[in-house]
Amino acid sequence: MRPRVSIQQADFDLTQEVAALRDGDAGVGAVAAFVGTVRDRNDGSGVSSMELEHYPGMTERAIDAMIDEALRRFDIRAARVVHRVGPLAPTDQIVLVAVTSAHRGEAFKACEFLMDYLKTQAPFWKKETTPDGSRWVDARISDDEALRRWGIVASNG
Amino acid sequence: MRVNVRYFASIREALGAGEALDVPAGCTVGAVRDLLIARGDRHAQALGRTRALRAAVDQCMAAESAVIGEGAEVAFFPPVTGG
Repeated sequence: MRPRVSIQQADFDLTQEVAALRDGDAGVGAVAAFVGTVRDRNDGSGVSSMELEHYPGMTERAIDAMIDEALRRFDIRAARVVHRVGPLAPTDQIVLVAVTSAHRGEAFKACEFLMDYLKTQAPFWKKETTPDGSRWVDARISDDEALRRWGIVASNG
Repeated sequence: MRVNVRYFASIREALGAGEALDVPAGCTVGAVRDLLIARGDRHAQALGRTRALRAAVDQCMAAESAVIGEGAEVAFFPPVTGG
């Protein structure tokens, strides 16, 4: 079985990832995929580069548990998460969440659920370089609110 | 009993990757944090109660009230910012 979660420095290919997720499953009628990318501005400053740190072991375990939860909550067939770590630059891809299901509604919902969950529960930290130097990115209260829509109370931000 | 403390992101920059700590049996995450804060100014600044901090025990998110066992891995880090 292919891994459901990959934490890697290397870039990923959306087309290949989706093809692998759908492979041989003729019951799939919908694929929803979200790709997060590095912006060149954040909180009013230009961002020239970024470094992503994570907690090896816990990260994979936390995201795997999120996928289990998504499989319980939604009528989906498979899910895949790829998250990059290490040095990244504006326009780089950071994260992929892809979900397959029979119909689009469940795929859209599960994809958004996984992304909301990941934002507040997966141990990643971004440090960005701006003209004023390097700074750790602050967590957003709005991400906790996004997760609350799914009935999960988070207190990350 | 002995626990392994680990730090990440800004806490790691301030205190290093981690340290071993002897704690009383039945200790909670919050009590470990207090013992660390008592280690000195650098610890007090990085782990102080005015800072938003999250914790994990054996690589699962944990509340300050969580009780930890012998040899546990207890991690402290800032709110997460992935995605």
